[in-house]
Amino acid sequence: MKLYCLSGHPTLPCNVLKFKSTTIMLDCGLDMTSTLNFLPLPLVQSPRLSKLPGLVLKDGSTFLDKELKECSGHVFVDSVPEFCLPETELLDLSTVDVILISNYHCMMALPYITEYTGFTGTVYATEPTVQIGRLLMEELVNSIERVPKAQSASMWKNKEVQRLLPAPLKDAVEVSMWRKCYTMPEVNAALSKIQLVGYSQKIELFGAVQVTPLSSGYALGSSNWIIQSHYEKVSYVSGSSLLTTHPQPMDQASLKNSDVLILTGLTQIPTANPDGMVGEFCSNLAMTVRNGGNVLVPCYPSGVIYDLLECLYQYIDSAGLSNVPFYFISPVANSSLEFSQIFAEWLCHNKQTKVYLPEPPFPHAELIQTNKLKHYPSIHGDFSNDFKQPCVIFTGHPSLRFGDVVHFMELWGKSSLNTVIFTEPDFSYLDALAPYQPLAMKCVYCPIDTRLNFIQVSKLLKEVQPLHVVCPEQYTQPPPSQSHRTDLMIDCQPPPMSYRRAEVLTLPYKRRYEKIEIMPELADSLVPLEIKPGISLATVSAMLHTKDNKHVLQLPPKPPQPPTSKKRKRVSDDVPECKPLKPLLSGSIPVDQFVQTLEKHGFSDVKVEDTAKGHIVLLQEAETLIQIEEDSTHIICDNDEPLRVKLRDLVLKFLQKF
Amino acid sequence: MLDVVYCFILIEGQLVTEIPKSSSGHHKDAAEQTPSRLERRFPDFSYITQNGRLTDFLDCVIISHFHLDHCGALPYFSEMVGYDGPIYMTHPTKAICPILLEDYRKITVDKKGETNFFTSQMIKDCMKKVVAVHLHQTVQVDEELEIKAYYAGHVLGAAMFQIKVGCESVVYTGDYNMTPDRHLGAAWIDKCRPDLLITESTYATTIRDSKRCRERDFLKKVHETVERGGKVLIPVFALGRAQELCILLETFWERMNLKAPIYFSTGLTEKANHYYKLFITWTNQKIRKTFVQRNMFEFKHIKAFDRAFADNPGPMVVFATPGMLHAGQSLQIFRKWAGNEKNMVIMPGYCVQGTVGHKILSGQRKLEMEGRQILEVKMQVEYMSFSAHADAKGIMQLIRQAEPRNVLLVHGEAKKMEFLKQKIEQEFHVNCYMPANGETTTIFTNPSIPVDISLGLLKRETAIDAKKPKLMHGTLIMKDNSFRLVSPEQALKELGLAEHQLRFTCRVHIQDPRKEHETVLRVYNHLKGVLKDYSVQHLPDGSITVESILIQATAHLEDQGTKVLLVSWTYQDEELGSYLTSLLKKGLPQSTS
Repeated sequence: MKLYCLSGHPTLPCNVLKFKSTTIMLDCGLDMTSTLNFLPLPLVQSPRLSKLPGLVLKDGSTFLDKELKECSGHVFVDSVPEFCLPETELLDLSTVDVILISNYHCMMALPYITEYTGFTGTVYATEPTVQIGRLLMEELVNSIERVPKAQSASMWKNKEVQRLLPAPLKDAVEVSMWRKCYTMPEVNAALSKIQLVGYSQKIELFGAVQVTPLSSGYALGSSNWIIQSHYEKVSYVSGSSLLTTHPQPMDQASLKNSDVLILTGLTQIPTANPDGMVGEFCSNLAMTVRNGGNVLVPCYPSGVIYDLLECLYQYIDSAGLSNVPFYFISPVANSSLEFSQIFAEWLCHNKQTKVYLPEPPFPHAELIQTNKLKHYPSIHGDFSNDFKQPCVIFTGHPSLRFGDVVHFMELWGKSSLNTVIFTEPDFSYLDALAPYQPLAMKCVYCPIDTRLNFIQVSKLLKEVQPLHVVCPEQYTQPPPSQSHRTDLMIDCQPPPMSYRRAEVLTLPYKRRYEKIEIMPELADSLVPLEIKPGISLATVSAMLHTKDNKHVLQLPPKPPQPPTSKKRKRVSDDVPECKPLKPLLSGSIPVDQFVQTLEKHGFSDVKVEDTAKGHIVLLQEAETLIQIEEDSTHIICDNDEPLRVKLRDLVLKFLQKF
Repeated sequence: MLDVVYCFILIEGQLVTEIPKSSSGHHKDAAEQTPSRLERRFPDFSYITQNGRLTDFLDCVIISHFHLDHCGALPYFSEMVGYDGPIYMTHPTKAICPILLEDYRKITVDKKGETNFFTSQMIKDCMKKVVAVHLHQTVQVDEELEIKAYYAGHVLGAAMFQIKVGCESVVYTGDYNMTPDRHLGAAWIDKCRPDLLITESTYATTIRDSKRCRERDFLKKVHETVERGGKVLIPVFALGRAQELCILLETFWERMNLKAPIYFSTGLTEKANHYYKLFITWTNQKIRKTFVQRNMFEFKHIKAFDRAFADNPGPMVVFATPGMLHAGQSLQIFRKWAGNEKNMVIMPGYCVQGTVGHKILSGQRKLEMEGRQILEVKMQVEYMSFSAHADAKGIMQLIRQAEPRNVLLVHGEAKKMEFLKQKIEQEFHVNCYMPANGETTTIFTNPSIPVDISLGLLKRETAIDAKKPKLMHGTLIMKDNSFRLVSPEQALKELGLAEHQLRFTCRVHIQDPRKEHETVLRVYNHLKGVLKDYSVQHLPDGSITVESILIQATAHLEDQGTKVLLVSWTYQDEELGSYLTSLLKKGLPQSTS
C-alpha cells in the first residue's frame, strides 16, 4: 500500500492511494494561492492599475517591466492569473482507476486531471458536491474569461530570471507548472465523468476494494471516505466539521477500527472560534452601515455564505438594518441560492424538519421574497439600476484577483467609511489586499473556518483509534508564526506519518487473509474431523476460480473416464496432466501394530530390526525394507507396483491426512 | 416488515407470511378508503405473532412509498398494536406520509364519525420512530441485516428495497414504474442477483400503448371539450399523477396560448407542489436540470379552486380530489356537472368497486345518490390509465436488470398474475410464486460459504495464471465460528503437529551394457522427451531429477549388463513417481544419438 502525495496544500489535498491492485486518487484540490502573485483583473479599465510602474531589477535592468509591476513595495505579475496544479509527474495519472471527491472545494483541479492526463476512470462524488462544484468552476471560468487579457507573462518564470526577483516571487515553487484556468467545455467534460453516490453507499471497485462516502459535516454533500477490503480499512478524512451549521452532522462511528487514517483539511485558522467570528462579522457590518459606509464581503458563492445570510436574517431587524439592501453578485448567485434549498437529505436535522412542513430549509428564501436580499449575475445590467448605497455586497473571488469584487475594491477603497470583511480562510488577507494599497477603507479579518481544530482532532483520534495516522507535514509541527504553540499540532500515539508534496509513502500494513467462497456442493462434500476440542479440520481439494478479483472454490471435475478404445496410445498420453495433489501426513506408526497388520495381510516373513532412530521392517522374500522413524517412513522395494501400493495403503492407515 | 398494508414478514431471508389489507383479494393502485373496505380497515397483525410483542418479533419495518395502501395502517400498527423498532422510508415519504395519514384520519373520524381510529398524536409519535434513508445508502439495521433503497419512479420518494443478510438477499419493489414520465424518472436497480424478487404485478398482462399517444389523447379530449365550451373534471389523488397532468396541461396551454382557466382543488395540492419543489432531486432528469431557470412546479396557468367557481359559466378544467369520486370535492363538482353533455370527466386511474368512479366507468349512467336521489350522467366519461405502475414489459425488464433466483408476484389479480408467472418461468427459467392471501411460501436458498483463505495459499495458486481455474489443496480449520482455509503446512504448524514424511524408493532394472553415466544420459534424454511439461534436470553428481523425484543409477552387483535405477519420491509426488517407474520399466528406446 503506497500513498503518492501530489499536493503540498493541507486543505486542498491531492493524494493517490495504491491499494490491492487499485489506484485511487483522493481529491484533486487546486492551490489558488498562486494567483496572489498576479495583478487583479478589473472589469473596467483601472487607471490606477495601468499606471503601476514596471519592475526595475537591482542591477537596473528593465527587461521585465512589461511582465512585472510594482505596487506599494510588492511585485506582481501582470498577466492572466495562473494556478498551481497537483504534481503530474510523480506517477502516470492515466493509471488512476477512480477519483474520490470529498467536497466541492477539493475538486477544483478535476478538469486538469481528467482532460490532460489520459485519465479513463470514474470519479465519485455526492450530488451536492457535483452541483455546487460546478457552480464554483463556472464562476471561476466566467470571471477570468470575461476579462480577456492580451498578455501572458512567461519570461519571469525562467529559473535564471526568477532567482533575481524579490520575494515572494523568488521563492514561488514549481512556477513552470502553473497553468491558466480551464474552459467551460473542459469543465463539462470533467463533470460528465462523475458518478453520483450517496452517504453510506457501498461502491465495489473491481471486486477488490469497497469505497464508501460518509457525511463529514463540513459542507453540503461533503464526505469522508472509507476504502476497505475484507481485512484492511483505510479512512480518508478531509474537511470535516463537528460544529452545527447547515450540513448533516459528521459520521464519526464509521471511522472506527481503521488500519490507516489519512487526515487532511483541518481548520486553517486554529486560533479563531467560528462563532465569535460570526459575531464580529455582524457587529462590524452593522457599525459600518450605521455610519453610512458600504460593506464588501469577498466570498465563494456557496458554503459559509448560507450561514452568514441566516445570521443576518436573525440579526438585521434587531440591529435596525431592515432598510439596508443586501446584494449577492455572482454569475451563479441564483443557482447557488436555488440549489441550497433542494438538498434536504444532505442537511442537518433542523433544516430537514423544515422541509417536511414543507418550508424552504434556508431563510434566505424569505430574504429574497421580502426584497431584502437581491442577487445579480454581474454588476452590469439590472444591478446598476437597482444599486443603492449604503449597502452590503457579497461577491467573489476571495483572492481579490478576479470577479466583481475587484470593481468594488477599486470603487470603495478610497473611503474610510467603507469596510471589507474577510470571512473566507483560504487566502491571507494582507496578501490579498497588497495590490490595492494604499487603502483608506477599513479591513476586518473574521475568518470562519468550521473544519476540525487540533483539540477536536485529538478527541476524534482517541475515539476512533486508528492504528496509524498519516497527515501533511504542516500538522506535525506548530504553525511557523506561532512556534511556541505546541498545542497546534497533531498529538497521537504512534506519532503520525507525515508527507509533503511529491513524496511517496509506504503505508504500514500486513495483509494475511483474503475472502473466498466455498460453493454449497463442495461444502457438502467436506468431511470435518475434530482434531482438538473445538477445532475441526477438513481437507479441501477443489477448483479455484478467480473472476473479477473474487475467488470461488468449486467441486473438482470428475476424472474423465479412461478411453476404452484399443488404439495404441503414444507414451506421452499417459503423462499425469495436472500436478497430483496429495495431502500432507502427520502422526507416527507404532511398529508392533504395523507388523501385526502386515501379518494379517499375508506377509509371513516379517523381521524387525531396531536402529538408532527407530526400526527397520524387513520383508525378506520381497526384498523390501521399510524404515520407520518418528516423523518418516521409507519404503524401499523392487519395482513391484501392486506390492508397493499395498504397503503404501497399510502405512497410510496409521497416519492423518492434511 | 415491508409496508404495513401489504405486509410481508421476512425471517432470516425466508418469506413467511403475506397479509393482504382486506379479504377481497389483491388490491390495486392508491386509494383512500372506500365503504366496502371499511369493515376490515387494517391488516390483521396477529398473523405476525399471536403472543409476544411485535417489537421483539420484527427487526424493522420498511415503507416503500406514501400511498395509503402502503402506509395507511402504520400508526395503528406502531401505536395501537404496539411496535417500537425502527421504521425505514425515504425522505420524501417521511415528509408526505404524515400529511396523508392526517388527512385520512380526518375523513374517517371527523367526517364519517368512526371511532377506534388512531389520533393525530399517534401519527406524530409514529413518525418519531421513522428513520429516513438516502437512495443507495446501505443501512445496517443490526449486525447481520442491511437494507438499501433504489429509485422506483411510481410517486415522489417511492423506493424499492434490497434486504440482505450475509450473502442472501431479497428485493421488494413496492410499486414502481419502468418508464420515465413528465415528472419522475424510471425505476432502476443494479444487477444485485437477489435470491428473491417480490414484485408488484398491477399491470401483469397490460402492455400499455406508448406514453406519448396517451398524452396526446388526453390533451385532445381536454382541448375539444374546452373549445366547445364544456367543463372538464379530472378527479385525482392529491400527490403524484396530479402533478404530471398539471405539467402536461401547463405546457400545452402555454404552447397553444389557451385562455380557459385551470383550477386545482384546494388543500393538499398546493402544499403538494411545494414538496415537489423541495424534493426536486427525486424528479426526472429534465426537471432537475432546468429547475433554476424554471421550476416546473410553479404553475402559471393553474390556479387554486374555489367552491363558487364550479357554477361559473364557460369552459374550465378542474383537478379535484379524491380520485375515485367517492366523496369530497370531486364528487360535489361531478354532481353539478354530470347533467350537461358538453362536459367531460376524465378518470386518470383505477377505481375500486363500489365507488362512483367505478360505476360510471363500467357504463352506468343512472346513479343512486344519498337520499335515494337519482343522478343522471349525461357528461362524457373517459378513462385514461396514467397510474404509474410497471406494465408486463416493465416487470420483465426489472427481472432482467436484477437477475433474481426466484420471483414472487403480489399486488395484482390472480388470473393475470398466472399468465405473467408462466411468462417469467419461460423466459428466465427461475421459480415464480404467487401465494394467495394468508398462504406461506417457503423458498430454499443455497448460499455459498465465505471463508478466509491465507494469502500465502491463494498466491501460491494464482501466481502463474490467475485467470485459469486450477486445482488447489488446502486445509479448512474450523474453530468457534471462524472458517480459515490455509495450506496443509500451516495447518500442521498451527496445531503443533509434525509432518510425517512417507517416501518410496523403487529399484528398476534395465538392460544396458554401457557405462553408468551413459545410461544416465540416455535415461535423461528419454525422460526429457516424454515429460515435456515437467522440469527434468541432470545434476552434476550424476543423478536426474524430475520435479522433486530423484533418479540414480548404479551398476548391478552381478550383472554388468544390467543397471539399477533407484527412483525415489515422497507421497506427495505419488502419481508422478508411480508413473515414472512404470515408464522406466518399459525400457529405453533403442535409438539414441
